[in-house]
Amino acid sequence: MRATVLVRPKPGILDPQGEAVGSALGHLGFEVRDARIGKVIDLEVEAADEATAKAEVEQMCERLLANPLIESYEVEIVG
Amino acid sequence: MASPQPRIGVITYPGSQDDRDALWALAALDAEAVAVWHEERDLPDLDAVVLPGGFSYGDYLRCGAIAGFSPATAAVHEFAEAGGLVLGICNGFQILCEAGLLPGALLRNESLRFVCRDVSLIVERDDLPFTKRCTAGLPLVLPVKHGDGRYLPPPDLDPAQVVLRYVDNPNGSVGGIAGVCNEAGNVMGLMPHPEHAVDPLLGSDDGALLLASLVDAAREEVLTAI
Repeated sequence: MRATVLVRPKPGILDPQGEAVGSALGHLGFEVRDARIGKVIDLEVEAADEATAKAEVEQMCERLLANPLIESYEVEIVG
Repeated sequence: MASPQPRIGVITYPGSQDDRDALWALAALDAEAVAVWHEERDLPDLDAVVLPGGFSYGDYLRCGAIAGFSPATAAVHEFAEAGGLVLGICNGFQILCEAGLLPGALLRNESLRFVCRDVSLIVERDDLPFTKRCTAGLPLVLPVKHGDGRYLPPPDLDPAQVVLRYVDNPNGSVGGIAGVCNEAGNVMGLMPHPEHAVDPLLGSDDGALLLASLVDAAREEVLTAI
């Protein structure tokens, strides 16, 4: 089963990469009020059903894929 | 009786860089420096452990995240929980934070630039096993070299856990925090590199104050055990 994990810097955490990219977009003439940079992790997992897969990937997020002090995560099972 | 030589381990992870300097500096300060490979699930008989700088496991995902789960780090966890002395330098500090042995996290420098220069530090605590040879208020000069050194404390960090602060913040760390300890005071992490500053020829020997404090404290462990 395929799962996609979205990891984001938590609100309030300074994201200098996002600021640099936002400012670069401004230089290109785009009006960007805020840019934040996270990461996408695609996984292929063995699981009996969607709920089990989601629970397992959430555990992966808690233990390794995200640092709960600075990052939030979302898990999507894509089938 | 001659004073016993304490045994201090230095862990080498794949991607560690400063393990040799740490071993050299500890030996120069009269410790028996013991190299420990990251796959060791059981530590040899040690009086203290140092986690060195570098880019363990390529710093993939987050700095120190993967090393936080390596077999030797699990052994360090048990060693620290039993009251053992653990010092993490730079990447070692990041590993201790990721492993939950120290509070907080280290993020990309605010400037987005890798900083590599000497910095002045204020010693906030001179009563720890890592700082007894220092004097609170007297500055130390040590080199930093990192791209991810911006310390973010947890909201409930006890200010007494702050050991070192930058005089001139090089990375945007909250409160200028350069080094912290755990509540019990037996685990410490810092971004600057004391192991690169143990001889005046290297520009500063202030690092020897920190590492010799650790050697002293480790020697006391030996004497207590006798």
